[in-house]
Amino acid sequence: MADVKTFVPAPDRAPPSNAVGAFAWVRDNLFGSIGSSVATLLFFYLFFSYVPPFVEWALINANWTGTDRSVCEANTAGACWTFINVRFEQILFGLYFASNPDEIWRPTLIFIVFFALLIPLLFEKTPGKKWLVIGILGVFPVLFYFIVYGGYFGISQSNTTQWGGFLLTFALAFVGILLALPIGILLALGRRSEMPVIRSICVVYIEFWRGTPLITILFMASVMLPLFFPAGVEFDKVVRAMIGITMFQSAYTAEAVRGGLAAIPKGQAEAAMALGLGYWRRTVFITLPQALKISIPSIVNTFIALFKDTSLVSIIGLLDLLNMAQTASRSMEWKGYDIEAYLFAGFIYWAFCYGMSRYSQNLERKLDTNRRN
Amino acid sequence: MTTETHMASAELGDTIIKIDRLNKWYGQFHVLKDIDLDVKRGERIVICGPSGSGKSTLIRCINRLETHQEGSIIVDGIELTEDTKHINDVRREVGMVFQHFNLFPHLTVLENCTLAPIWVRKTPKREAEETAMRYLERVKIPEQANKYPGQLSGGQQQRVAIARSLCMNPRVMLFDEPTSALDPEMIAEVLDVMVGLAEDGMTMLCVTHEMGFARKVANRVIFMDGGQIVEQNEPEEFFNNPQNDRTQLFLSQILQH
Repeated sequence: MADVKTFVPAPDRAPPSNAVGAFAWVRDNLFGSIGSSVATLLFFYLFFSYVPPFVEWALINANWTGTDRSVCEANTAGACWTFINVRFEQILFGLYFASNPDEIWRPTLIFIVFFALLIPLLFEKTPGKKWLVIGILGVFPVLFYFIVYGGYFGISQSNTTQWGGFLLTFALAFVGILLALPIGILLALGRRSEMPVIRSICVVYIEFWRGTPLITILFMASVMLPLFFPAGVEFDKVVRAMIGITMFQSAYTAEAVRGGLAAIPKGQAEAAMALGLGYWRRTVFITLPQALKISIPSIVNTFIALFKDTSLVSIIGLLDLLNMAQTASRSMEWKGYDIEAYLFAGFIYWAFCYGMSRYSQNLERKLDTNRRN
Repeated sequence: MTTETHMASAELGDTIIKIDRLNKWYGQFHVLKDIDLDVKRGERIVICGPSGSGKSTLIRCINRLETHQEGSIIVDGIELTEDTKHINDVRREVGMVFQHFNLFPHLTVLENCTLAPIWVRKTPKREAEETAMRYLERVKIPEQANKYPGQLSGGQQQRVAIARSLCMNPRVMLFDEPTSALDPEMIAEVLDVMVGLAEDGMTMLCVTHEMGFARKVANRVIFMDGGQIVEQNEPEEFFNNPQNDRTQLFLSQILQH
């Protein structure tokens, strides 16, 4: 019998030099085929014909200083950011705070607190993240109520009908997101329940609110809600909008969470059952964490949509960021500068939505336990 | 009897599982027909049969992952009914290992093993972790305790799944095709763990087609087809002298390669 051979794996070799490096990348990715070359050239043509003039108008030639429109009328080659600068407080905090300079510290402080809690959360290495989350979700809303709404500790009560601008957008979106998530989770679980009564209630709720336009809901919340309460009870307009938005948003969140729940293999619940875990423990420890992880993109998607949809509150006479910017640009003083108003409002919406999107991507990566390392 | 390689049969105890005239339907489909089965403490039963014969359904009835419509199942003195408390009492005493492992992918190996002892048995966390490490050592992967299931091979995952069940200190272990989803090189490591369990006197019901394992470990081999128990016998008799032509056909098909 011959000797037994020993298996020795062949050593790895480096790839050929024409397959790596910057030149190879450009050749393979930008000019790999005729179609690809045409697309690349078209992109550069469009980029250079539109982007530099915009940058020139918006930044290089723009007007930044001054207190009235005379500055901008003297230099029409650039954007009039003077307008945004002068009306900054109105667009950000609304008429109540903009017209009471003594009270402007209130919204300013609340946003400083918010960002002080939020920004450390975005960094991987921050210690005690749990407390920051509790701070944002639990303490911050209470602080917001006492400082921005006021009425206690010598802080005057603000008139919510005069809330506006980014402050209103923020308040509506924050409450909508904060309340819609737990309600949505319960609705999603209810819709998958084995009990027909609970399942039916959840299905009817979800399909009703999902099938109705937000604009209709806000209108109904404004007109109909007071009819359900005794004559003396006055409901704040902003609170009514918050209720309407939460009802609407929870239906969407529920469907996003249900999608996640449906994607969890049946074996997960079975393994938990076989270990003797009851329904709620199974849900809290096994199915829900996995389902929420899967549905992060779609949940955040609905949150981003909500953040922008808050501008629909104009239907009930509330002026959010977009409407406040528009109102400011229609004043006698600043007539004609609506492009700047829309760009500024658009930029703030974009910054927040992009922030949410990035945060959700980080979260997904962090929670991905399937990676092999 | 002295020449057989079969594991020495320990003294079998009293009846721990008593199944009486069990019938189950999926809609119109009659999946289990008049099943009678008594399992003694310490007994090791291998259940085999063609796919669709009801063997998985049968063992899934024992911890009520499937509900039955007629007949009775009594596990360690507790009858399985609609009563959720009884069901959870039984599940606490009956461990199960699945074909696809069903580890919890968002928890580490150690957390997989301690979750149920902590929340169901109310074991203190420290103690649960010590127990878990002991069982992870027993299945020979203590060094993987802080990894996630997705980072392990199939064989390692199945061994974790066995350790996870053992952490609940069960009186009966159910195995539902535990090696069917594994690569050939990994089957042996899982079977080794199962043989070790059998040597320690664990009551086991295994749905498997690993006939070498059945010969070595089982006290009794059961052959099912069409939702019925066709034949059951000691492994030597079962393999060498099957009484039913359906059993003979099945054995000739799985043993001819």
